[in-house]
Amino acid sequence: MPDRIHLAVALDGAGWHPAAWREATARPTELTSPAYWRDLARTADGAGLLLATIEDALSLGGRSVEPDAETRRDRARGRLDAVLLASFLAPVTRRLGLVPTATTTHPEPFHLATGLQTLDHASRGRAGVRLVAGSTPQERANFGRRSEGPTGLPASGRVEDDPALLAAFREVGEVADVIRRLADSWEDDAIVRDLTSGKFLDRDRVHKVSFEGEFFSVTGASIVPRSPQGQPLITALAHQTVPYRFAAQHADLVFVTPSDAAAVGGIRNELAEASDAVREIDEPLRVFADLLVLVEDTPDEAAAVWARLEERAALTTDARVVVGTADDLVEEIRALADAAVDGVRLRPARLPADLDAIVDRVVPRAAAAGILFPDDGAPTLRERLGLPRRASRYARQEVGA
Amino acid sequence: MTRRQIHLAAHFPGVNNTTVWTDPDAGSQIDFDSFAYFARTAERGLFDYLFLAEGLRLREHRGQLHDLDVAGRPNTLAILSALAAATEHIGLVGTLNTTFNEPYELARQLGTLDLLSNGRAGWNAVTSSDAFHGANFRRGGYLDHADRYVRAAEFASLSKALWSSWRDDAVVADAETGAFLREDAIARVRHESRLFDVDAVFDVPRSPQGRPVIVQAGDSPDGRDFATEHADVIFSLHTEFADAQQFYRDVKGRLAAHGRDEDSLKILPAVTFVLGDTAEEARERSREIALAQVRPQTAITYLEQIWNRDLSGYDADGPLPEVEPDTGVETAQGFAGRHAAIRARVSQLRAQADAEHLSIRELVIRLTAKHTFVGTPEHVASEIDRYVQERATDGFTVVGHVTPHGLDEFADRVVPLLQERGSYRRSYDEGATLHDLLGLPPVADRVAVS
Ligand SMILES: Cc1cc2nc3c(=O)[nH]c(=O)nc-3n(C[C@H](O)[C@H](O)[C@H](O)COP(=O)(O)O)c2cc1C
Repeated sequence: MPDRIHLAVALDGAGWHPAAWREATARPTELTSPAYWRDLARTADGAGLLLATIEDALSLGGRSVEPDAETRRDRARGRLDAVLLASFLAPVTRRLGLVPTATTTHPEPFHLATGLQTLDHASRGRAGVRLVAGSTPQERANFGRRSEGPTGLPASGRVEDDPALLAAFREVGEVADVIRRLADSWEDDAIVRDLTSGKFLDRDRVHKVSFEGEFFSVTGASIVPRSPQGQPLITALAHQTVPYRFAAQHADLVFVTPSDAAAVGGIRNELAEASDAVREIDEPLRVFADLLVLVEDTPDEAAAVWARLEERAALTTDARVVVGTADDLVEEIRALADAAVDGVRLRPARLPADLDAIVDRVVPRAAAAGILFPDDGAPTLRERLGLPRRASRYARQEVGA
Repeated sequence: MTRRQIHLAAHFPGVNNTTVWTDPDAGSQIDFDSFAYFARTAERGLFDYLFLAEGLRLREHRGQLHDLDVAGRPNTLAILSALAAATEHIGLVGTLNTTFNEPYELARQLGTLDLLSNGRAGWNAVTSSDAFHGANFRRGGYLDHADRYVRAAEFASLSKALWSSWRDDAVVADAETGAFLREDAIARVRHESRLFDVDAVFDVPRSPQGRPVIVQAGDSPDGRDFATEHADVIFSLHTEFADAQQFYRDVKGRLAAHGRDEDSLKILPAVTFVLGDTAEEARERSREIALAQVRPQTAITYLEQIWNRDLSGYDADGPLPEVEPDTGVETAQGFAGRHAAIRARVSQLRAQADAEHLSIRELVIRLTAKHTFVGTPEHVASEIDRYVQERATDGFTVVGHVTPHGLDEFADRVVPLLQERGSYRRSYDEGATLHDLLGLPPVADRVAVS
């Protein structure tokens, strides 16, 4: 009997393969249209997937540091702000967790935090975020606020060898901290509407966050009252030691990229060690493994489609690639489940084609094989993940005082 | 001759004393259902747009959170994006500050909202820049008062350049040749000044309306200049008829200098309304509502914010305090108040109270809870129409006083009468953008890219 896991999907443009927009099933002129995203989200929602992440970046070339990233004409280009796109999707979905990507270098942490709280209100407790550290030179030029910053991975490939990247990780840590503090700043019952005293608010239950960091400070309470989950789900994608430490310290859920199921154990050990050292949160860190997937009816068809895509543009990827049938993919998922991940995030090579295949063929088979957690009706994303709603830290302080 | 058409915006009840939370029917000001209900009511009433104010820090009173009035609201852009999915026709306009945002990011967010709503987005560009609000932001309170509108104007120019940097037909998506973007699809936007150093390539395609509608709210000469150069709509406070006409002439007269015609800038002052089956009944309801809006403690607190002193010993039903205001330290936090003006303000209030024999509470009612249009639906409709036909306004921003039902009566009882008069639309045009609804000239493709 395998361990049960959750399935998530990662949505990005026309799919994760750079040539995906040229497929006959693609909708390349609609990548920034409301109808396209509504269709994708409803498909994922209807299939009972746990959550959908939505990619984002603050430049036309995405997170690429290639000098021609913003000028090449052969890649699908143009995107929507992911936090706002997730907010748009909230009223048109019912169960799906909505996890936009947010870049932390330039945006105001206060705006980001209130945007996520609002997403949580509008979705009735389905908000999350994937925080991204650092910025590219293109992003910095778009903002014109800072000239210094990382220029890509250092030659060693290790974050710890570049002071600018290390600083970016300290900054994303501060952003995560402030998101949680602002979410906690209103206790659950701060709005009293007391006719006798004439008070709308109990000001003793609304707390200034008084955050002073290395990169920014935030003084007041949030402008948004406490939302259904208390705090949005904070997630990160991590491939190596510094990001693992960030995830262990600040995240509720981490997406990892094992080269195969056998590699999961090593990653889990590293995460566990980091958690012992720095974790600030009581609940265990949830670990989801990423797979980039292309699904067709037969292995030959899948291989043919993959060859066509690769001929048009070569994919570079951090995640394991699975090209095959629904049964092949279910086997991969089962192997990861056996390796004791909490979930698998599927990155469709083509949208909507591979999302449709996941929903129509992979999910039912995986469910029939007993690999998936059935939807137990828990109302919020945190609770579906088995994470409790978190009490406000400020309320706890008061009880202790 | 066809009648001048009335434009209406619907202001979601805000977080101040004009929103009555003590009403038994008052609902949540934060639940999405309240917003969806209010937006759909405005859409039923065929309004041009839904309007949200902004406050970037909870209001404080003498160093403590203000606890008498409604407090807590959603993030403006996020709630409007959710509303884009819950509505079909109505414009979605958010108040968003030019000091505590960056042009690339805000233009991108508004561009996103514009695409998600099929061309229904708008931006009320406000300039508040005080250190109190700044304490929540990376920027802090860094901006000199004199630079507020300099930054706002550059912010608007830069945003417009970003929004027009994509050709309308930029995306070709030719699967055969592999060309996704047309040659020359996107222009680089460069803006270098004392306040900005931006070298940008925008990443959001152009929306069906070219760019979001720009609204301005602010009254100074600088504010009016900003509006006549950059805005499509002014949200004013000039509601008394003669004053409104004068403001209208002043602002519209400034347009020619910018090569703009009269219809390219709409003036929609904020108004409140109270209806009744008879004039007498409407007056009674107006009185009840005003008393709910300005409870004795609210009145004292209001004066304390101006006086910057503890006035709790005063009787709200008695005369104004004789003590002088304390101008020693920063005052009126959370409001756009200014030191120098305080004394002048106090003597002005004393003069008004003396002249009209007003108690503290009555004075505060006059200042914050005086209802603009009070009467039968026929009376209110005819007043609204008169203002528009006689060029005192192009329409109004209607502020309801209860969440979320504050617009029901207006939609049900006033709108049909405006329609009968031939000065209000009977349906939305299919696919109309917010520019279209407001009767604004279309935005040219590819303007002002430097
Ligand atoms: C009708 C009206 C509505 C306003 N709404 C807001 C608001 O929601 N949020 C905000 O921060 N400032 C708001 N303001 C303040 C203005 O943006 C501006 O900072 C202030 O009026 C000072 O500018 P001025 O000197 O040009 O009047 C509003 C002003 C007016 C006149």
